[in-house]
Amino acid sequence: MADQIYRVNMSTLTFTVEEVPTAWMGLGGRGLTSTIVAAEVDPECHPLGPNNKLVFAPGLLSGTAAANSGRNSCGAKSPLTGGIKESNVGGTSAGIMAKLGVKALIIEGQPTEGKFYHLHVSKEKVEIVEAPELVGKDNYEVLDAMLEKYDKKVAVMSIGRPGEMRMLLSNISVKDPKGKLRSHGRGGMGAVMGSKGIKCITVDAESYKETTLADPEKFKEASKVFTQALKDNPISGEGLPAFGTNVLVNIINEAGGLPTRNFREGQFEFAENICGETMAENIKARGGDTTHGCHAGCVIQCSQTYNDKEGNYLTSGFEYEMIWAYGANLGIKDLDVIAKIDALMDDLGVDAIETGNTLAMAVDAGILAYGDGAKAYELIANDIAKGTFLGRILGGGVGNFAKLYGMVRVPVVKNQSIPAYDPRAIKGQGVTYATSTMGADHTAGYAVATNILNSGGHIDPLTKEGQVALARNLQIATAAVDSTGMCIFVAFPALDDPKCLPALIDMINARFGVSLTGDDVVNLGKNILKLERAFNQRAGLTSADDRLPEFMKYEALPPHNALWDFTNEEIDAFWDF
Amino acid sequence: MTITVKLFAQYREGRFKEEQRAYPEGTCAKEVVTELGIYEGRFPLGVLMLNGRHQPEEVELEEGDILSLFPKVGGG
Ligand code: SF4
Repeated sequence: MADQIYRVNMSTLTFTVEEVPTAWMGLGGRGLTSTIVAAEVDPECHPLGPNNKLVFAPGLLSGTAAANSGRNSCGAKSPLTGGIKESNVGGTSAGIMAKLGVKALIIEGQPTEGKFYHLHVSKEKVEIVEAPELVGKDNYEVLDAMLEKYDKKVAVMSIGRPGEMRMLLSNISVKDPKGKLRSHGRGGMGAVMGSKGIKCITVDAESYKETTLADPEKFKEASKVFTQALKDNPISGEGLPAFGTNVLVNIINEAGGLPTRNFREGQFEFAENICGETMAENIKARGGDTTHGCHAGCVIQCSQTYNDKEGNYLTSGFEYEMIWAYGANLGIKDLDVIAKIDALMDDLGVDAIETGNTLAMAVDAGILAYGDGAKAYELIANDIAKGTFLGRILGGGVGNFAKLYGMVRVPVVKNQSIPAYDPRAIKGQGVTYATSTMGADHTAGYAVATNILNSGGHIDPLTKEGQVALARNLQIATAAVDSTGMCIFVAFPALDDPKCLPALIDMINARFGVSLTGDDVVNLGKNILKLERAFNQRAGLTSADDRLPEFMKYEALPPHNALWDFTNEEIDAFWDF
Repeated sequence: MTITVKLFAQYREGRFKEEQRAYPEGTCAKEVVTELGIYEGRFPLGVLMLNGRHQPEEVELEEGDILSLFPKVGGG
């Protein structure tokens, strides 16, 4: 059975199952969500109104045995940036949707204000059921209710209270293989789901068939080479499983690019307390798990479970970005306190980066002090979760908070807050932040790899030379990889192992019986970026939005006293391709 | 001269996190890496920083320098 497009209309509470248009056949993941959003969404629409659409699309290789192929893309016009958004996630939803034959799930329209529904997707069918009993509940309670109702393997995507309130820092949470949560984190996708009156989506795991392969032998062969490349690479094979993504705290700190106390300094004096090495020691001593995958089929396993001193579960999927946002940037030096906040945010469904950065702004506004983990927890649990006046203001994210408090130092690009690498000291990453169609997004073109980690060569992070070309090439490659369903960490072997990328392309060819070349894949990446940019332009964004915050041009970042020193022309040359 | 040597990730196993170490004038980073047995170990040298800047292994050390050594690490 060929894959199909599942379309749900929340105004009429109806669904259709459609054939896949020819033009969409070769697309998956980000390539498909962005194509659908660009084709079907009026760029001038209000992102929370009836004319926006929420699109889910598993990657091209999701549902197959290909290692690390279980990422699901979610796309829409973002209420945070006002531009196009794609946010991808691990968890179980991509594999199950792909096996069910759902090429994409498109949700359009809007129901009567205040009503919330549960969508259950099964073979050629979507049930749309009003779910008043779930309103006001957070993710884990919704997850429990769904696990009671369906087979344990059912995929669940849900929003917590912040999503219901359409807060711009809300995300869509997805069940992972261990029954914990992963997030479509950035750009306020939870708010879009909330605006569609959808509390949760479940995807049936009982009626699916295995995905078909055009050439199973060739697939097997390529898959072996690919998996081996992931295992042989020192980063994906050794570093990530041993220390998780949090291994970055020390190296970014040493390089002077770890944003500290709301982007005032590039080094945090308590980095050792919160670093990946300390985290791995704690896990060993307390009985946790340093390695698990956020989806079945991950062979890198950068994720982990983290326990408290008594050995009781605190959180899982404890990532560098989270630990940076609450550690260095908010000044909390106790990893356990950060872990408790992480678990709370998972349950509520709020973006670690946007929320953490907004709390750092709240320090500047005098609402809390640096390092006050208890107050940070309380602001999230009492204000954001309940939607008090202050909670609503914080829930608007960094850019809106700054406007309301009259602040000048605003670490955002396209209104999305800057992640864990200071662009003044890691300039290639700054070019990605400035030019990405997504707003400040580290995953869109991870120049940290070549600026700091010596992956794919080395370019001095403090000089401008070569950074625009680096960010361009990485963003093109990433847009293509985001379409395959692959986790972005396959980029490490892809940058340094010549066998990796050809094997990935061979798997796509064997899956669909096509004959893509490396050039085709580069072109796919280019097309996606151009299509996304065209959408943004029609939505009203211009090259004046491809800029870093002004304060970074005049406020030097210690210890290297680095400034953001690119001219507008240099940045705009990014788009010369 | 006294150099602060910082080790990270797997390099800490069986060695140390941070130490002040004495070396004769004119010592280069490579000699320190050699002395620590890193070249024979399972994890090849990934990144070498001197005072927070990436440098080649041949870089000459000076009094008070901070030398940071990392195996290949990554995340995102
Ligand atoms: S490497 Fe990490 S992020 Fe990537 S699929 Fe595995 S667990 Fe998920």
